[in-house]
Amino acid sequence: MEIGGIFAYLVSFAIMAGIYAVFCLGLNIQWGYTGLFNIGIAGFFCIGAYASALITTPKPTGTYAHYVHQLFGLNLPFVLGMAGAAMICGIVAFLIGIPTLRLGEDYLAIATLGIAETFRLIFNNEHWLANGPRGLIGLPQPLHGLVDPKNYNSLYLIIVVIVMLVVYLAIERAIRSPWGRVLRGIREDEISAAMSGKDIFNFKMQSLVFGAMVMGVGGALYAHYTIAISPESFTPLYGTFIIWVMLMAGGSGNNKGAILGAYVVYFIWMIGTKFMTDLLPYTLKARAPYIRFLLIGILLEIILICRPQGMLGEEKRVSKLID
Amino acid sequence: MIELIIYGIVLGSIIALGAIGLSLVYGIIRFANFAHGEFMTAGAYLALFVVTVVFSWIGIPDNTFGSLSFGWRMVFAFPFSMAGVALLAILSDRILYRKLRAKDSGPVMFAMSSLGASFIIRMIILILWGSDYRFYRPGLMRPALELIWGIKIRPDQILILSVVLFVVILLHLFLQKTKMGKAMRATADNMELALVTGIDTERIILWTWGIGGALAAAGGILYGIDVQLHARMGWHFLIPLFAATILGSIGNIYGALIGGLTIGIAQQVSTAFLLPTYKLPVAFMIMIFILLIRPQGIFGKE
Repeated sequence: MEIGGIFAYLVSFAIMAGIYAVFCLGLNIQWGYTGLFNIGIAGFFCIGAYASALITTPKPTGTYAHYVHQLFGLNLPFVLGMAGAAMICGIVAFLIGIPTLRLGEDYLAIATLGIAETFRLIFNNEHWLANGPRGLIGLPQPLHGLVDPKNYNSLYLIIVVIVMLVVYLAIERAIRSPWGRVLRGIREDEISAAMSGKDIFNFKMQSLVFGAMVMGVGGALYAHYTIAISPESFTPLYGTFIIWVMLMAGGSGNNKGAILGAYVVYFIWMIGTKFMTDLLPYTLKARAPYIRFLLIGILLEIILICRPQGMLGEEKRVSKLID
Repeated sequence: MIELIIYGIVLGSIIALGAIGLSLVYGIIRFANFAHGEFMTAGAYLALFVVTVVFSWIGIPDNTFGSLSFGWRMVFAFPFSMAGVALLAILSDRILYRKLRAKDSGPVMFAMSSLGASFIIRMIILILWGSDYRFYRPGLMRPALELIWGIKIRPDQILILSVVLFVVILLHLFLQKTKMGKAMRATADNMELALVTGIDTERIILWTWGIGGALAAAGGILYGIDVQLHARMGWHFLIPLFAATILGSIGNIYGALIGGLTIGIAQQVSTAFLLPTYKLPVAFMIMIFILLIRPQGIFGKE
């Protein structure tokens, strides 16, 4: 492989890992800091991506409209797509939180799982909404005219990194505030937190919605990177499971860990793809993705048993006032 | 409509087999086992392996019983697969959950571990069999019998209902009459009290996994006979299983039975108004509705 090829490969790796890092940061708010067990990340992934796609594309006209159906198309800029994605994900999270956040932790897990599967089915079957199983293609890319299309990915990497940093700083700030300390208090001991006069349900809801909004931003980043989205991109494997493994590997309750985990696990994933597919006998090549997921699953079990705190572990003190 | 309700009872009895096991595990070992659907898939594929590979190698003839779609091969494969998945469930406890218990991990860690286990089992099945639809026997569907009022039902479906009824009666006798069964009910009812009275919880846990796994395998095979096999079938059963478990109150096996039937009937009847692919959201909506109005389920205490 020539140098240019390797560089392009590294850039696309860094973009995808960066997008996954945004999801890990969102999950870290919910799971790492508040202990909310969301296993429907794929649902927010899917809603975020579709919301941004519908906001930024124009509604098809003429003959094109016969082939592509979508509920609306606002033709607005990328930034508004991202904001819309965050808002819609926040609303969905709010609705899911109402019946589940007062109950045990498992109920939220089951409900988020259900919502993820439900949305995937809806996008798959309702052609009028977003073109059914064929999905939407040709999503606009931000600042596309600015650089040579050949080098566009490098520009997109900068956008991803900026978004990731903004999200990172926002969460760091929130977590180091009194609000963040209440969340951690709820995670550690709900009853004591309630006895200190904190409204548990409200704080959990804020954390769930905040995390979901970050995931919506991640979904938008993904949609405008791949340009084409279809319901099949948001399966529980690619949309939920791998993100959990990333956060657990990096260290839940640590934002640097969330980003590190995303890059490390995605690196293992990419390397695994490259080499394992070459090594496998011909008959098994088609089943290589399953072997990769099997290994990722085993990795999760090993982390849970041997090192549940992950690579970095949680920072115990987050206030700069105590040292 | 009556036809849909009957098909719903068939589907519901299959869901009930899974939900009873899930409810037992949830009530006794106290975590949401996200791998329970995969136990159903594993059972179905283990039976497939025995029917199509082992028995054709031994040379047991592949004849069918009268108008049923299977024969002696399935009769032997059925209990074999139930035992196999019981062993798989116990093994998953030994390898994963016992280590977490030893570390005093919170219930969410168990749930996450079971989510990992569910992906591992599914991936192994996908590696071995791929993602095509499979059947226990090639060939056409057996003709349906015509009952009164023009209701059509396949002989297989009548048999599925009888098998489920038989298994549930066996389980009922086990829980009511045997010492182990009584100990299990006591543990599901009140863990602390059971510990004080000297019940060996590790043995209870072992039995719970065994029974849960075996029932799930039975459900998986029956679904395979009724419809088809697919590596993702168990995953698609997961939401209906949880809906049935929560509807019938966690830890209550009779509740799980009624919950399973309710969900099955609701899912089949919904196909008269909605696309059949929306069966899963229907189960999900019922679950959310129950969580809103009565989160402890129909048989739960206030």
